[in-house]
Amino acid sequence: MSTVDASDASGGVQAAAATDTSNYLTASRGIASWMFTRDHKRIGIMYLVGILTAFFLAGIFALLVRTELLTAGRTIMDADTYNKFFTFHGVIMVFLVIIPGVPAALGNFVLPIMLGAKDVAFPRINLLSFYLWCGGAIFLLCSLVMGGLDTGWTFYAPYSTISKEPIYGVIPALLAVFVVGFSSIFTGLNFVVTIHKLRRPEMGWFDMPLFVFGIYATGIIQILATPVIGITGLLLIIERVAKIGIFTASMGGDPVLFQHFFWFYSHPAVYIMILPAMGVMSEIISVFSHKHIFGYKFIAFSSLAIALLGFLVWGHHLFVAGQSGLVSMIFSALTFAVAIPSAIKVFNWLATMYKGSITLETPMIYALSFIWIFGIGGLTGLFLGTLAVDVPLHDTYFVVAHFHYVMAGTIFVFIGGLFYWWPKMTGKMYKELWGRLGALIFFVGYNMTFFTQFIIGLKGMPRRYYDYEKLIDVIPGIAGLHMFSSIGSYVMAVGLLMTGFCLLQSLFRGRKAPDNPWGGASLEWRTTSPPPLENFNEEPHVGDPYDFSDLEWDKEIGGYVSTGIRKPATGH
Amino acid sequence: MAEAVPTDSPEHAKHSPHLAHHFDTPLQQFDSGKLGMWLFLATEILLFGGLFCVYAIWRANHPEIFIAGHHHLDKTLGAINTVVLILSSFTMATGVYCAQRSIQKWLIICLALTLLGGLGFMSIKFVEYRHKWHEGLLPGTSYTYDPKVLAKENLHENVGAPAEPETHAEPPAASTAPAPATAAAPPPEQPAAAADEERSKIALAPAGPAGLRMEPAEDSESGDETVKNVHIFFAIYFCLTGLHGLHVLAGMAIITWLLLRAIRGDFSHEYFTPVDLGGLYWHLVDLIWIFLFPLLYLIG
Ligand code: HEM
Ligand SMILES: [Cu+2]
Repeated sequence: MSTVDASDASGGVQAAAATDTSNYLTASRGIASWMFTRDHKRIGIMYLVGILTAFFLAGIFALLVRTELLTAGRTIMDADTYNKFFTFHGVIMVFLVIIPGVPAALGNFVLPIMLGAKDVAFPRINLLSFYLWCGGAIFLLCSLVMGGLDTGWTFYAPYSTISKEPIYGVIPALLAVFVVGFSSIFTGLNFVVTIHKLRRPEMGWFDMPLFVFGIYATGIIQILATPVIGITGLLLIIERVAKIGIFTASMGGDPVLFQHFFWFYSHPAVYIMILPAMGVMSEIISVFSHKHIFGYKFIAFSSLAIALLGFLVWGHHLFVAGQSGLVSMIFSALTFAVAIPSAIKVFNWLATMYKGSITLETPMIYALSFIWIFGIGGLTGLFLGTLAVDVPLHDTYFVVAHFHYVMAGTIFVFIGGLFYWWPKMTGKMYKELWGRLGALIFFVGYNMTFFTQFIIGLKGMPRRYYDYEKLIDVIPGIAGLHMFSSIGSYVMAVGLLMTGFCLLQSLFRGRKAPDNPWGGASLEWRTTSPPPLENFNEEPHVGDPYDFSDLEWDKEIGGYVSTGIRKPATGH
Repeated sequence: MAEAVPTDSPEHAKHSPHLAHHFDTPLQQFDSGKLGMWLFLATEILLFGGLFCVYAIWRANHPEIFIAGHHHLDKTLGAINTVVLILSSFTMATGVYCAQRSIQKWLIICLALTLLGGLGFMSIKFVEYRHKWHEGLLPGTSYTYDPKVLAKENLHENVGAPAEPETHAEPPAASTAPAPATAAAPPPEQPAAAADEERSKIALAPAGPAGLRMEPAEDSESGDETVKNVHIFFAIYFCLTGLHGLHVLAGMAIITWLLLRAIRGDFSHEYFTPVDLGGLYWHLVDLIWIFLFPLLYLIG
């Protein structure tokens, strides 16, 4: 893919040229060298390609769903197709895109480098995780071909256990969830062990970049929550195939039990999505403010606190499912508690920016967007956690807007992180103008689409409805709001396409990336772009990952270089 | 003890053929493997945890289902299986000990014995399953167990007589007797014999004490006349033992692989990580059964 510029070889670096010219992309060639690779960087890239493809597909489904809602009455599809499309949108986005997104694609690439390690602890299991992810994707495609799936991404019984017409797609979809779950478990396990055992010996826990803390907290949730969705999926499959009656009310079973099981995983899963994204945020905010991160330990421990508390709030999805009043009150209180560590992070990011010298490169624009988006998403979560408010808002568009503000907020960080590490991954610089423009259009379209849905929900429109023709008289302005929301989704699509082209263009035409284009201090910026096969050509020097004092802008290279004087690692 | 064996000096490490390129020392590699395995075992416990949770909820809400259902299980076979698994755990532990001390011959013997234990367990499980299959003691809609057909003749004489639920060669007529009316409170306080006495005297049990009570549908009436939804017990029974059985099979596959490698002479005091980790896995499989046995077989 990337070859070294001619100018490079003619420089005064002949001595090191032999090692410098070989990087992880050029170390070996051919399809097989990728398919059987154990290099965490290549696995990260393969994940990235897979995840972006899935994101594209799920995005198409979303656009189709929004197009159906563009006007009242039938617009482009019938009700059954509509149900299937929103289900596939949700299932693909959640299980194939957002859950693996930041950890498996970005984390795989940078985490070992940040720790100064040569690879993750179990490279073969890492490759296996990727193929399990592929297996899950194939199962989902089977589901699509075998008649689809119309349960919503939540698979609630009895939609998933008995349905009027046989929808065979349920079983492959559940298998997909099971298999992707294992992929996620193995990724988390691998990262936790890597962080414990493969850190450079002189790197203490608090010398790690905060992204690593985010991944660590995520890994713990992946290990402890995912098996539960695994067994739930299996039970649902058995229920459907053998009619064993555990979740089927007509056989003495209990459908609410399914909801408990599902949310016992799926609430922690929302933190699987957002914790690594919050880690990326801490990196980007500090580097582009060119200022030491504020409140390092608070951010680090709030990740762990979120991971812990995240396990104790699942009942807030069952406020109107017949849960007892007392239990609901407890869950409500715990839900409020989760907001505290989340807010701690936001305040620390703001404090980091305060009096920093902020530069607005594309990753920073995504990071700033996220503060806005997550602010709204998190605060509306508090609305929903309030018992009296949730009763009318549950299962309305308000909830749809809430979880898009948090989950798709994660997408902002994912793309922001992609831009941030893109020069490191590919060795190419993208065109800043297009990156920024894409981000801004995405941001505008995003708010057009989803902020509108808060209003639609507040006015009382339930979610997952195919049509709102009959609501037009009851809810004034609903047709216009829906149309506005749909148009917003097209704007978003334009922004994302521009972003995609910007990145693709850079692959072919991009200027060669310097080792440290942004002035980052963590170890991945202290190796070449792209990194060599074993990540470092010489032993990395571990120091404070947010101490930028040794970095100076070098005009010739177009990036930062180290003057060599660094505060040493604390070793704690 | 085990931890002290792999070396942590990088110089020595260069000579070890088992050291992967991304580790600095064999000790680091060993520790990583061990931590990874422990985390994996945690996920296994949570996987079963879901089923144990189903069990707990149902048992709390409908104890009578469990009382009625467990009489159909064969305690003797269950107990034998428990012993078999515990012994196999012992041989496995001995195997690890031998591997750490490069006692090749006994390592092979121990692994073979462990494998045999797994095989024995699965065979006995197979006998039990076949029996349930014949009697129609299956989950959900497959539950076709009909005591009237199986024990029509002696049903009347047997009323009031002590039951013989343990021996499965007999048609389990006794188990058709109504569950205790005290079903609301699980009756472990009663000695087993007294419970049997009691049971036959009791009239119809109410549907269930509390919680998410559901009326059974028409078609699930085919089971025990007096206790509704006994099929749920078998749903739980088959899910738990089935999942456990799959883990035993996986464990046997691992042990076979270890055995082949041991015969090839791969393991020594310098490198025994796979044996150690395989052993951990086998102990977990064993441990889960130790919970399953009383929870399913020894109720009431
Ligand atoms: C600040 C912390 C948060 C609070 C207090 C909060 C609160 C809530 C509450 C109470 C609900 C239930 C609403 C209902 O169904 O009536 C909910 C739904 C949801 N939340 Fe959050 N949330 C928070 C963060 C997040 C994050 C970070 C994500 C994802 C990255 C997320 C994703 C979701 C999803 C997917 C649903 C709805 C799922 C469905 O019913 O289909 N939430 N949230
Ligand atoms: Cu939640």
